[in-house]
Amino acid sequence: MMKKSEQATTLLPGLRHKEAAARPRVGDRIFSKVTLFFALLIVLILAGLLIALNIDAWPAVQKFGLSFLTSVSWDPVREEFGALPAVYGTLLSSLIGLIIAVPVSIGSAVFLSELAPEWLCRPCSFLIEMLAAIPSVIIGLWGLFVMVPFIRNPIEKWLGSSLGFLPFFQGPPFGVGFLSAGIILAIMVIPIITAVSRDVMRAVPITQREAMLALGATRWEMITRAVLPYCRSGLIGAVILGLGRALGETMAVTMVIGNSYNLTPSLFSPGVTIASKVASEFSEASGDLYIGSLIELALVLFGITLLVNIIARLLVWRSISVRGGGE
Amino acid sequence: MNRTEGYLQRRWFNRLMLVLCGCAAAITIIFLALILGYTFINGITYFNLDFITQASKPVGESGGGMRDEIFGTFILVGLASVIALPVGLLAGIFLAEFAGRKMASAIRFAADILAGVPSIIVGVFAYALLVRPLHSYSALSAGVALAIIMIPVVARTAEESLRLVPGSQREAALALGISRWRIILGVIIPGATTGIVTGIMLAVARVAGETAPLIFTALGSAFGVQGLTVPIGALPLQIYRYALSPYSDWQKQAWAAAFLLVILVLGINIVVRLVSNRRK
Repeated sequence: MMKKSEQATTLLPGLRHKEAAARPRVGDRIFSKVTLFFALLIVLILAGLLIALNIDAWPAVQKFGLSFLTSVSWDPVREEFGALPAVYGTLLSSLIGLIIAVPVSIGSAVFLSELAPEWLCRPCSFLIEMLAAIPSVIIGLWGLFVMVPFIRNPIEKWLGSSLGFLPFFQGPPFGVGFLSAGIILAIMVIPIITAVSRDVMRAVPITQREAMLALGATRWEMITRAVLPYCRSGLIGAVILGLGRALGETMAVTMVIGNSYNLTPSLFSPGVTIASKVASEFSEASGDLYIGSLIELALVLFGITLLVNIIARLLVWRSISVRGGGE
Repeated sequence: MNRTEGYLQRRWFNRLMLVLCGCAAAITIIFLALILGYTFINGITYFNLDFITQASKPVGESGGGMRDEIFGTFILVGLASVIALPVGLLAGIFLAEFAGRKMASAIRFAADILAGVPSIIVGVFAYALLVRPLHSYSALSAGVALAIIMIPVVARTAEESLRLVPGSQREAALALGISRWRIILGVIIPGATTGIVTGIMLAVARVAGETAPLIFTALGSAFGVQGLTVPIGALPLQIYRYALSPYSDWQKQAWAAAFLLVILVLGINIVVRLVSNRRK
C-alpha cells in the first residue's frame, strides 16, 4: 500500500517542475535518514552493552579463565572469585519460581480465555496487569516484612517436619533463602506468563473448539485436547519469557534471599543469585579484579537471559503471528 | 450403565478442573490484594506531612522525611524521558513508516532483546559508560540507565500506534501533494497521539519504580539534589536502603515511601488505561 502512494507523489507534481518534485524528496530523505539513525541507535546500544561489559570484565576473564564458572569461592580479600554458587542460586530460585508459577499462570490463562464471561474477564485481566506493574522493590519490601516471617514459621517448619527426609527440606528454617526467593519470583512472573498465554490461547481458531465440542467432549477435554496442544509452542514461549524475567529479577530477590554465598541443596538456606550478588556488592567493590569479577557475573547473566529471551521470542512470535493475530 | 457412569465421571472431573482454573486466577488476585493491602495500611499509618516536606535525618534522630528523594525521582525520570523520548519516537517512526521488511524485523528484534535485558545489567552498563570514566556516581548516569530501559518500550508502542492510523488518511494527504515527512508529523502522529502517550506514560511508570540500575549510578545522597554530575537520591533506592536497615524508624519510612511510589506508579497505569479504553 505504501509503495503505491509513493508512486503517486512522484507522478503527480513531476510533470511540470522538476525542482518542485525534488524538494519534498530531499525533506523526506533527510527525515528518513534521521529516523534511521535513531533506530540504529537501539542496535548500537545493544552492541555497546556487550562490548563495554566485555572490556570491564576483562581483568577477571584473563585471570580466572573458565575456572570462574566452576569455582565456589568468593573472597575479596584474597581476590579469588568464582561464579558457581551465584549461577546455581539463580537457576534454583528461578526453577522454584517456575514450578509454582506455571500451573497457576496456565490455569489463570485458561480461566481468562476459555471460561470467564466478558464482564469478569476484563477486570481480572486488569488486576493481573496491575500486579505486573508494581515495582519490584515494593514486592521485596512486602516479601521481607510480611512473607518471610510467614514462610519461616508455619511453612518451613511444616515442610521440615513432614518432608524433612528429603535433602531439600533440611536445615534450620531461616525464612530468608531460596524458597522465599522462589515464591517471590513466582508472584512476579505469574502476570507475564498469564498475559502471554492468554493471548496465545485466544489465537487458537474457534473451529478447533467447536469440532471438539461437537464430538461430545467436555469443556476440560476440549481445553486439554484441542486448545492447549494447538498452542503448545506459544505456551512454552510464554513460560520461557517468564524464565527470562525471573533470571534477571534483582531487587525483590536481593531482599529475601539472605545473601550468603552458599552451594547447598537445602531450600531453607540463605543463598545468592547473580543479580543479587551484583546489586549488593557492586557499589562497595574496589579494585579492577573485584569489579571485573562482578561485571563478569553480569556478563554471564546477560548471556543466559539473551539466549532465553531469543528462544522465547521466536516461539511466541511464531504462534501468534502465523496463526493470524491474537487481538 | 457403564457409559453413563463414565460420563458422570468425566463431567465431575471437568467441573473440578474448571474450578481449579478459577482458583488459579483467584490466587493471583489475592497476591495483588495482599501486597497492596499491606502497603496501603502500613503506608497510611506511617505517612505524614513531614514525610514529603522534610529531608532525611541521620540515624538516631527521629522524624525526617524523603523530600529530596521524591524530588530526585522526578529529576531522574525527567532526565530519562528527555533522552529516551526523541530516540524512541523517531525509532518508532522509522519502524512504522520507512523501514523495509528485513530492516524492520531486525531492529524490532534488537528492541525486544534490549527490553528483555535485566535492569541491573543496564545499570552495570551505565556504570561502565559514565561512572567509571568520570570517576563519580552521578544523576546523569542514572538518567541514561533509565533511558535505555525506556527506549525500546517507547519505540515499540509508538510503532504499533502509528500503524493503527488508517491508510486512507495517509493517502488523502499524499493526494494533496504533501511530502511524506510533513504527513507523518502533521497527520499520522496527531492521529496516533493517544497510543503514543499511553506508551510513554507506561514507560515512565515502569522506570519510576526501577531500583536495580540506580544502586551504582545514582547511589543516593545525604545532601539533597545538587546537580546532575553528583550522586542523587531516589525514592525506590531509599526504600531498598531503609528496608534492609536495622532501625525501625527507617523501616517505617520505607513503608511510607512504598505507599507513595505505589500510588504514583499504579495511578499512572490506571489513568492511562481508563483514558485509552474510553477512546477506543
